[in-house]
Amino acid sequence: MSGSDASLAATEQTERLERVVIRFAGDSGDGMQLTGDRFTSAAAAFGNDLATLPSFPAEIRAPQGSIAGVSSFQVHFADFDILTAGDRPDVLVAMNPAALKANLADLPPGGTVIVNTDEFTPRNLTRAGCAADPLEDGTLTSFQVHPVAMTTLTRGALADTGLSKKDAERAKNMFALGLLSWMYHRPTAGTERFLRQKFARKPEIAEANILAFRAGWNYGETTESFAVTFEVAPATALTPGTYRQITGNSALAYGIVAAGARSGLPVLLGSYPITPASDILHELSRHKNFGMTTVQAEDEIAAIGVALGASYGGALGVTTTSGPGLALKSETIGLAVMTELPLLVIDVQRGGPSTGLPTKTEQADLLQAMFGRNGESPVPVLAPATPADCFDTMLDAARIALTYRTPVLLLSDGHIANGSEPWLVPDASQLPDLTVEFATEPNAPDGSGGFWGYLRDPRTLARPWAVPGTPGLEHRIGGLEKADGTGDISYDADNHDRMVRLRQAKIDGITVPEAVPDDPSGRAEVLVVGWGSSYGPIGAAARRVRRAGHGVAHLHLRHLNPLPANLGEVLSRYERVVVPELNLGQLALLLRAKYLVDVLSYTKVAGLPFGAEELQGVFTDAIEGVRA
Amino acid sequence: MTTIDLGLPGIGGQTLVPRSETKLSPKDFKSDQEVRWCPGCGDYAVLAAVQGFMPRLGLRRENTVFISGIGCSSRFPYYMNTYGMHSIHGRAPAIATGLAVARPDLSVWVVTGDGDALSIGGNHLIHTLRRNVNLKILLFNNRIYGLTKGQYSPTSEPGKVTKSTPMGSVDAPFDPVSLALGAGATFVARVLDSDRAGLTDVLTAAAEHRGTSLVEIYQNCPIFNDGAFEVLRQPGERERRLIPLRHGQALRFGAEGEFGVVRTASGGLDTAKVAEVGEEALVVHDATLEDPSYAFALSRLSSQDLAHTVTGVFRSVSHPAYDDQVRAQTEQARSTTPADLQSLLAGKDTWTVVG
Repeated sequence: MSGSDASLAATEQTERLERVVIRFAGDSGDGMQLTGDRFTSAAAAFGNDLATLPSFPAEIRAPQGSIAGVSSFQVHFADFDILTAGDRPDVLVAMNPAALKANLADLPPGGTVIVNTDEFTPRNLTRAGCAADPLEDGTLTSFQVHPVAMTTLTRGALADTGLSKKDAERAKNMFALGLLSWMYHRPTAGTERFLRQKFARKPEIAEANILAFRAGWNYGETTESFAVTFEVAPATALTPGTYRQITGNSALAYGIVAAGARSGLPVLLGSYPITPASDILHELSRHKNFGMTTVQAEDEIAAIGVALGASYGGALGVTTTSGPGLALKSETIGLAVMTELPLLVIDVQRGGPSTGLPTKTEQADLLQAMFGRNGESPVPVLAPATPADCFDTMLDAARIALTYRTPVLLLSDGHIANGSEPWLVPDASQLPDLTVEFATEPNAPDGSGGFWGYLRDPRTLARPWAVPGTPGLEHRIGGLEKADGTGDISYDADNHDRMVRLRQAKIDGITVPEAVPDDPSGRAEVLVVGWGSSYGPIGAAARRVRRAGHGVAHLHLRHLNPLPANLGEVLSRYERVVVPELNLGQLALLLRAKYLVDVLSYTKVAGLPFGAEELQGVFTDAIEGVRA
Repeated sequence: MTTIDLGLPGIGGQTLVPRSETKLSPKDFKSDQEVRWCPGCGDYAVLAAVQGFMPRLGLRRENTVFISGIGCSSRFPYYMNTYGMHSIHGRAPAIATGLAVARPDLSVWVVTGDGDALSIGGNHLIHTLRRNVNLKILLFNNRIYGLTKGQYSPTSEPGKVTKSTPMGSVDAPFDPVSLALGAGATFVARVLDSDRAGLTDVLTAAAEHRGTSLVEIYQNCPIFNDGAFEVLRQPGERERRLIPLRHGQALRFGAEGEFGVVRTASGGLDTAKVAEVGEEALVVHDATLEDPSYAFALSRLSSQDLAHTVTGVFRSVSHPAYDDQVRAQTEQARSTTPADLQSLLAGKDTWTVVG
């Protein structure tokens, strides 16, 4: 058989798949995040459901070729609705020895490895700590290996462009993207358009990247290396409508813009740059036309101070941070509790304690959010479940802050902040009405014509929001204890006891939707309770357990304070309650304390989300334990 | 009284604040709260001066806000019948920044002390000054921690014996005026709590300044640091110690004006006897100099032992205010880009799933 016949045959052989997980891995400087992001956009444009898991080092440029410098991007795309970015990649694209070494253990036997052989030099092997060349020492015998000299081929494709060798080689990530795009029948027009826009000021670089991208595609089509290509059809079971791809941080930023629009209030974000929350600041600072004001403050404390000052002035004050920053903001959150002003505090959690793992995910700030302040200082706490859910959760947080005049903590995390998924674009005119009424008239019940700053709405227990500039309502607030009603300073013991209980009762009385577990069988004996970004892995694991013929119920809590009023009753319905968390059991501690339920706590703090397979085992064990 | 007219362009510090239609009196600015400072505290004099000065600004009371941190002086807002917030230790400048950015129609005043502003809140103070937010900061300096009952502060003199320094403080103190100038402050002044006329002059100039005004007020704590500034009040002493600044006038002091300020060979400033150097050698005060080194040299004439203390307006220069620029960017964005929420949410890359 001649070469051309073989290539013809290869392109004719197409296998249909329901789902594929691809992981692009390379050095920090290899552009793996961009490559993964483009592949994701193409999958989205094609109509697949998808979920992504970017992973990158905290160092901007760790030593080249080292294990510490490996950056990766995993994308899971499917013809049905998926919940996670996938436990294990089906395909690993390794741009150098370190990327192969760092990721190979995640690949199941029989998985596909595409390696850039040019980078497997003695020097790079040493940098990666490889005693022998894994391409030759039998390491890869249980995988389908496609060695491709990507750097050489890219350089060759760009030989006529006049670019330097170094600049030409930088386009090798687009070669990899082109090859994978060919393998999975991805549309290419979007990527070419994107490259032209991205490098609009350097057209020669744009053309070089497009050339490399096409060279990768053509390489797949014309060589005999790849016998089969794959198709993943568009997902059809999704709710009809217009979709876009969105990350959690973008969805939070859009939620803030929407909260401003639906409340009619100007928004002021005070923020100090911190990984992985900074993108919210970046995004909001681009939307000044929506009345978004962003202040990059001198520190975390100033950032929340600026936000609280704006709230005092009648704006919607917002601050964004990650765990260490939340620790610094504690005192000001306490002041917001005491002054009973609306304030949104967003914590994009990362591995801790201290500086911890800045680019890795964790759910270990729950107790800090609940209790990390002096005194009895109750604060509502909400957590989004997915990147798209960040938008709705943000609006819900704004509703609570504005209705109840309280700081609200929203706990996102690194996984959903950077991960992306399709989002059914909402109808802006149908978003919740967040209109607020400022106090305008004196309210003193003693007939004095004065203003009492702490006279509460009997329905919500919220105090009036009387903003400076309102004549006749001049009053003073602050961190000292207030006299119930008047709001004057009070050191009275009974008054303090009453005020502490009133502040607690206000938060306890916040309207929160009832807890409704997802249990298709209706006969589950085991209930899994989760919160935050573990929604996907828990949901995917529950599907696997159900496919295996078992019943399992899944309850995912957006509202962690206050908890749904019926939660105790729901928990009592099940033989066993399992709580998986990326911490050492913080929600489990709360549920045990509040409901005296002997929950089974399953925990992991590895900087990565749970795997569906891992949780499937945990749930199955729990189910078998109940039956035993 | 002589208000300093510096003839600066642009809008004044209170231009965007609505003016009162009725004539207010000092009484209108007194709240119903009982003042609880110690008898003899210098804060009383400052409170009276501010309450007396406010009606002259002619602003609506409800558009005036006092924000403080923590410390004795930070109780100030409770005694003003305006809007006010008694916030947390050191953070008043940050909170006031948010308010000033959000609300150009408010006259925002920060009341702070030497511990509040220079120790725990030092970071916010310098960044507020460099940004030049349109805030008026009154820094009450009594060189001691009063509310916590008598520990040394960042302005206490070296060797000071206090409860926390029984063998004497070994900290080198800040000069708040020098610090502010180093941070790029556009308006810096100093005044004594007991100098009612001087206070009113400086407050008026501070209020008119667009941007951050820092006014350091030497204030006596009769309980924990009584008489700290006494030599600056005593007849016979004060004349040869106090160096008053008057814009456009030669720097002279002493009972008979026998002393003056001259330039040194190294480019700094020093005091001298006029009889020895001649009147023509005296420096004429110019608060509007863009180069801050002159104002800084002036600030270094003051010494911790009060051998000399410079009072009045050190620097008053016109720079764009942070909050004005922030709002200008917002306005520009609003006028050039429509706020279409639906198209923002949809973005540029959408696809449709058909049912």
